[in-house]
Amino acid sequence: MAGSREIRNKIKSVKNTQKITRAMEMVAASKMRKAQDRMKKARPYGEKIRNVAAHMSGANTEYRHPFLIERDTVKRVGIIVVTSDKGLCGGLNTNVLRKALNQMKIWQSEGEQIEVCCIGNKGFGFMSRINATVISQVVGLGDTPDMAKLIGAVKVMLDGYTQDHFDRVFIYYNRFINTMKQEPVMEQLLPLTNERIHGDKKEDDTSRVTWDYLYEPEAKPVIDDLMIRYIEALVYQAVTENMASEQSARMVAMKAASDNAGNVIDELTLIYNKSRQAAITKELSEIVGGAAAV
Amino acid sequence: MGTVFHLDIVSAEESIYSGPVEFVVAPAQMGEIGVYPRHTPLLTRIKSGMVRIKAQLKEEELVYVSGGMLEVQPDVVTILADTAVRSHDLDETKAIEAKKAAEEALKNRESDIDYAKAQAELMEAMAQLAAIDKLRKRKH
Repeated sequence: MAGSREIRNKIKSVKNTQKITRAMEMVAASKMRKAQDRMKKARPYGEKIRNVAAHMSGANTEYRHPFLIERDTVKRVGIIVVTSDKGLCGGLNTNVLRKALNQMKIWQSEGEQIEVCCIGNKGFGFMSRINATVISQVVGLGDTPDMAKLIGAVKVMLDGYTQDHFDRVFIYYNRFINTMKQEPVMEQLLPLTNERIHGDKKEDDTSRVTWDYLYEPEAKPVIDDLMIRYIEALVYQAVTENMASEQSARMVAMKAASDNAGNVIDELTLIYNKSRQAAITKELSEIVGGAAAV
Repeated sequence: MGTVFHLDIVSAEESIYSGPVEFVVAPAQMGEIGVYPRHTPLLTRIKSGMVRIKAQLKEEELVYVSGGMLEVQPDVVTILADTAVRSHDLDETKAIEAKKAAEEALKNRESDIDYAKAQAELMEAMAQLAAIDKLRKRKH
């Protein structure tokens, strides 16, 4: 019975681990539902503000917002990386960071400078480890993304764009497809592309806008405000999607961990029983052998 | 459209109101404005305050918004409400805060590395202790 106590201890510790992973799985499952709700709730705002922006970009000719103007030379790129604050969610953060890193390498080889805005602890840790220039960050968002917390970090990027510090701004996050599938995506935030504003529908001449808004007090400040809010809404949506992705990825990862723990326990129990059986057989044969000798 | 138009009040965090209304009063930047059906297309900023909504056959409803945008289209009116209290200065301080947080966190990276190093050393020491413990048990 040499290793039996060790095996029993091992089984006990794996069982404890399994308890933890199972609890985390259930917590993630309930948080996931809420995160998905929030993601859905954020959509109408994004839709509405996009419609207004689309309309305006088609109608207003006297003032074109800098966010809409494509620049020819690209020397500096700003990226916003949305990650989770906590780990234990499978390959979620790794995937999005790998995507960002690959693109960053390409840009660097083209001689472009990159500055990073990090939303979420994991991304920040990674970016500072690879010595990227992090110019703003938000960490510790918790379970409810707060628009107020994002404003500052996003403004740094927007200011950088309007002051010609960046020529393009991209955002990286995990798009929520379904509970089992999340996809790391890169999207161009600035300058706003036509497809982005107008969605998928083809722009034909009949849908061309014929009326313009009355702007109060003036066109410029109103449009400026609207554009900033539009970008913020896009970032906010990315954050809510990422959070929904995070919770579902965590749930799946924890479920896999619990299942694995179950397998390990089964295997160890089998080994434990075998060794016990072997010990009993040995003892028996010794007794029989002893009796035969007498 | 006859006597009603569609009103949507949405914020980034939720949809606040959606439905046909007779008229709506919002605290625009230049003063309160009331919108009836067939209002001219308009886009303006609104201040924080009460939005008064009158739906058909219903009592007047009051909704608080902390600022945002009011958009009037020929048959749809949308209020894009802010979820946070905003002003230019406030946004500016927030931006500075976000920048500072990044700078400080980068400065403190050393300590993070120290922490990781200490943790690694601790793990090693613990493994050694465990090994010694095992050896001791075997001797007995």
